Amino acid sequence: MEILRANNISASYDKNIVLKNVSFSLSPGELLSVIGENGSGKSTLIKCILGLKDTVSGDILYADDLKTSEIGYLPQNPEIDSSFPASVWEVVLSGTIAGSKSLFYTKTQKETAKKTMSFFDIENLKKSCFGELSGGQQQRVLLARAICSAEKLLILDEPVASLDPIATAEFYTCIKKLIKKKKIAVIMVSHNISDTVSVSDKVFHLGEKSNFFGTTEEYRNSTLGKRFLGGENNA
Amino acid sequence: MLNSIFAMFSYSFLIRAVIVGILVSLCASLLGVSLVLKRFSMIGDGLSHVGFGALAIAGALNLAPLAVAIPVVIIATFFLLKLKETNKDGDSMVAIISTSSLAIGITVVSFSTGMTTDINNYMFGSILSLSKGDVILSIPLTIAVIVLFILFYNRIFSITFDERFAKATGQNVEILNTLIAVLTAVTIVLGMRLMGALLISALIIFPALTSMKLFKSFLSVTISSAVVSVLSVLIGMVLSYNFNTPTGAGIVLVNLAIYIIFGIIRFFKA
Repeated sequence: MEILRANNISASYDKNIVLKNVSFSLSPGELLSVIGENGSGKSTLIKCILGLKDTVSGDILYADDLKTSEIGYLPQNPEIDSSFPASVWEVVLSGTIAGSKSLFYTKTQKETAKKTMSFFDIENLKKSCFGELSGGQQQRVLLARAICSAEKLLILDEPVASLDPIATAEFYTCIKKLIKKKKIAVIMVSHNISDTVSVSDKVFHLGEKSNFFGTTEEYRNSTLGKRFLGGENNA
Repeated sequence: MLNSIFAMFSYSFLIRAVIVGILVSLCASLLGVSLVLKRFSMIGDGLSHVGFGALAIAGALNLAPLAVAIPVVIIATFFLLKLKETNKDGDSMVAIISTSSLAIGITVVSFSTGMTTDINNYMFGSILSLSKGDVILSIPLTIAVIVLFILFYNRIFSITFDERFAKATGQNVEILNTLIAVLTAVTIVLGMRLMGALLISALIIFPALTSMKLFKSFLSVTISSAVVSVLSVLIGMVLSYNFNTPTGAGIVLVNLAIYIIFGIIRFFKA
């Protein structure tokens, strides 16, 4: 019942190998965190999973019933101008386009957007201008948009990088609630190792020399995990 | 004033100009919202110069002007959009292409007919230059642009707001960008006759920027742009008829006035 499995994938930019022999797997209802220092190839890995970049070798296997249009994606600090005229409603609704063949929004699409907005508690922002929201609010709106496009797999690229600690905690609560209620699989990329590990089920660490893949518990007990988590106890 | 408006509409060429003006300004303002937000506003300027070159060559070779200019400008649009995406110096390259096209156009025209009123018409636009053939071709083309824009409106919003997300979730971004490019090219060539190569980009940029001063959602900005654009074309035409000034310049000045008015309203609202 795996939703995604990567078998020994490698990827490169020009001639520099960025990813080497990467393997991991993910099942519905699991949160996999992809961690590693800046430049370790986290974003490249995401691009490979999304099909935005080709791998040099190895393959990525998706569950038979998973289509690209069913993958939700929350880009890393999306470069959206604060003067861009877009209401929250327009942004969330645009997430439903991916799976739809209809040119105009159908009743079902509008229902999906409405439900998702109430799930994330942003109904009151419906008519607000996206660019004028706080960082935390914007992130929740983009998360809602991502959920509208995906019911099975959600990929979050550095979702809390620009959030303050309170907004970060709120964001993690949202994600946890989402996984619990919808049995969705989530891949979360982060360079904030200790925070991310504490909320994940599985960890994939892109190291300089070697990679680690396993459950959070296994990671805590591994040499790599001990080195990066330092003296921290169970979170 | 009213009498002169009635008098104005007794000329059939003026009615033609008004019809084409309204349709072209609608197209330009709708596409303009997306182009301005994608930071492609200067593409319009570049394309109009390429269009000028193409029209000049078509004229010299005695070919149908629009039949030559539309495909040439469509090709140039692809080229310029790719250049913008891949090249950091996109802006300067656009300038090189547009000034070169302009120079080629002027040289060709001066060889073939000499520096006559033709150049003036191409550069600054003239309602007199709209032939019946132009109008017959313009009406279905502009209507096609407007219909396609409405059909793909939601998807155009999606790629304008966040192209990366659209791509990642499996939307066909390439086809949509191509669509926008083709529609823009057609609009610019058709609008050039009326507005002139130097002023057509105003029709694309002004309404969107003006509307963004007061409106905060994509839909409201799009509707406001359409209204502002059609109004300024109508007012601009009436004024330029009355004061006997070039149409294109009149339309741009009305656009500027509305831009300033919207700016003042925003200032007092804040």
